[in-house]
Amino acid sequence: MSDLDTFRSETRAWLAENCPPEMRKPVRSEDDVCWGGRQFKPSSPAQKDWLDKMAAKGWTVPDWPKAYGGGGLSPAETKILREEMAAIKARNPLNSFGISMLGPALLKYGTEEQKLDHLTKIARGEIRWCQGYSEPNAGSDLAGLATSAEDKGDHYLVNGQKVWTSYADKADWIFCLVRTDKTSKQGGISFVLFDMASPGVSTKPILLISGNSPFCETFFDNVEVPKVNRVYDENKGWDVAKYLLGHEREMISGMGLASSGGNPLIDGAIATVGLGHDGRLADPLLRASIALFEVRAKAFGAMSERFIDELKAGKAHPAQPSMMKYYGTELNKSRYELMMAAGGSDALEWDSDRSRGGAIPRSWLRTKANSIEGGTSEIQLNIIAKRILELPA
Amino acid sequence: MPLYLDDDQTALQDTIRDFVAEHAPVSHMRALRDADDTTGFSRDLWKQFAEMGFTGILIGEDQGGLGLGHVEAGVVLEEIGRNLSPSPFLSTAVAAVEALKGTGQAERWFPGIIAGETVAALAIDERAKHRDTVAMKAERSGNGFRLTGEKRFVTHGHTADLIIVAARTGGSDDDADGITLFAVPKDAAGLSAHAERLADASLAARLEFDGVEVDADAVIGEVDAGRTPLDRLLRAGRTGASAELLGVGGGAMDMTVGYMKQRKQFGTLIGSFQALQHRAAHLYSEMEVARAAVLKAQQLLDQGSDRADEAVSVAKAMTALATTLSVQEGVQMHGGIGMTDEYDIGFYMKRARVLAEMFGDANFHADRLALAAGY
Repeated sequence: MSDLDTFRSETRAWLAENCPPEMRKPVRSEDDVCWGGRQFKPSSPAQKDWLDKMAAKGWTVPDWPKAYGGGGLSPAETKILREEMAAIKARNPLNSFGISMLGPALLKYGTEEQKLDHLTKIARGEIRWCQGYSEPNAGSDLAGLATSAEDKGDHYLVNGQKVWTSYADKADWIFCLVRTDKTSKQGGISFVLFDMASPGVSTKPILLISGNSPFCETFFDNVEVPKVNRVYDENKGWDVAKYLLGHEREMISGMGLASSGGNPLIDGAIATVGLGHDGRLADPLLRASIALFEVRAKAFGAMSERFIDELKAGKAHPAQPSMMKYYGTELNKSRYELMMAAGGSDALEWDSDRSRGGAIPRSWLRTKANSIEGGTSEIQLNIIAKRILELPA
Repeated sequence: MPLYLDDDQTALQDTIRDFVAEHAPVSHMRALRDADDTTGFSRDLWKQFAEMGFTGILIGEDQGGLGLGHVEAGVVLEEIGRNLSPSPFLSTAVAAVEALKGTGQAERWFPGIIAGETVAALAIDERAKHRDTVAMKAERSGNGFRLTGEKRFVTHGHTADLIIVAARTGGSDDDADGITLFAVPKDAAGLSAHAERLADASLAARLEFDGVEVDADAVIGEVDAGRTPLDRLLRAGRTGASAELLGVGGGAMDMTVGYMKQRKQFGTLIGSFQALQHRAAHLYSEMEVARAAVLKAQQLLDQGSDRADEAVSVAKAMTALATTLSVQEGVQMHGGIGMTDEYDIGFYMKRARVLAEMFGDANFHADRLALAAGY
């Protein structure tokens, strides 16, 4: 048996013993998702148990170095762990922007002290992070941001406003882009970290068309940020920001993937429309739309696998996350349009059981942001055209 | 197994890319067409394929082949697609070999295939649209069978030395049981072939079986159990056609993006127009996703996975969709020149249409996937 075969059988046995049965069922609502952090209240003992056991092995972040709370696994071992988790439909023990966005940036650009301090807390789910990027006048043109950081010797004095800050009201710390030089656009940005409990920080949730408020406006009024909390050089924050955006796009592109365990789109269509005598959905045009969508969804599943494999092997084009983000988010919007069509008037009910407590229509509306957040689809197409196809400016 | 080509496969890709581009570029296909060639491919080129070992790419080393898999066969087919090279590679070295593999017929036909002397054709389709059903009858007669009926869309059917025929020895049209696969030699009495020129200048035959007598030893595998070798043939053929489509779509995209970087209008390169950039970037995305789907199907086939069948239909449908977009955008973005016979982009559009139809189009495979998923 090869080392990888041994690893697989050991991993399978460990998961069988340690993953609680409740954690092998699909996530039903946002409350079921473990984001960690100071405000985190486990929705069940099993959720806490699963997080603790996985964190103890470093498997909340399996491919990070052990010194920073990770599992120290190779790309091949990480893939095996994911496959074995998927095989038993195990939930992700911990979701966080710390894992998917800040972590990779700190691993590349952070000081040893920053890594030891922040990465270990991310790995254990102790600190929940939010992202201070977009501003009222800096959306697609992110580098036009104006939030200022004035040099006060050992610290910066930060003033300004961010917007579309996901879960800012629930986060403990923020990674934030600030302007340290007004004379240079991209070259005047720095990347800083600070506690959301700092004096001068306030948040205000934004009510969306979905009826939910996953985003906030975030205000900074003379917030003192120690300079040791700056990641990478002053005025070089754009490099960190771009690197991190690549990882954010990977994460968002994952939304194009079908969830494990059943297919809500197909199940929903069968429930409302029914099957004909030939075993085909009784509405042939809805069926054709779903079937052609599923071709793309399954092909994108293969693309995601290919992308991750190429990324780990250093074979992916640096701008490929833009393609993944573009395709995955557009696919996810299509999926929810079809979910609404499949559900008919049931799916319109805002609060009832027939729409899973309004989860279907609210998620449908939520997906419309997928192709806006993290860089719009149009921005991704610009990046693909210029950096991958090398079309002229 | 990571979902990208390994070092050996990449090296093979470099070799075959250079070889096909040098010996069978688009101009080779154009020359055959202009000469009103009636063979459908170059026998010299096929011999060269044999000398390089490619005709035996899927045949085990113990039987004199290269012993490689569907990933490697796909690497070859992608270059065939990219150069629009007329070749019996897909029908002979991929689909026919897979049908014959492990059966008593292998010993008889493999040496000729490896030597580049035997070309095979696949007599599967009976209607204008591909189906997974077989209606053509094979009645027991003496020591063998008598085949009666018509097959169509048989590439190389008028020149092939070996014709693989799916016929019904029992059951009704839709049954999985009762199909038998036959290896029919081209000189069989009662077999006539009418070659039709297709839109892409390739040749496909309508085959008429007028009481064609074959011995019992013409059966591939077992009588009434032909579904098994037929499924092997179809999985290999569909996956191979997907790889060739990837080459056609990729070739058309590269031509188009290249043209966008040299064609000027309004005093500037048309590639600088955002309206075109976004369409090209969207096309790139579709082709990348299609590429992943094809490699996934090839790897699962090579692993003998029970998930291969689904992946094959995903690959065939996805490459048909993506490549159809690629050739349509190709002609449109080339503008008027794209409509001329003199320019190559139109050939890509024609070839894509033929390959999209072969072994089931995107709708066929989407339907198949839906039925397998229970709706």
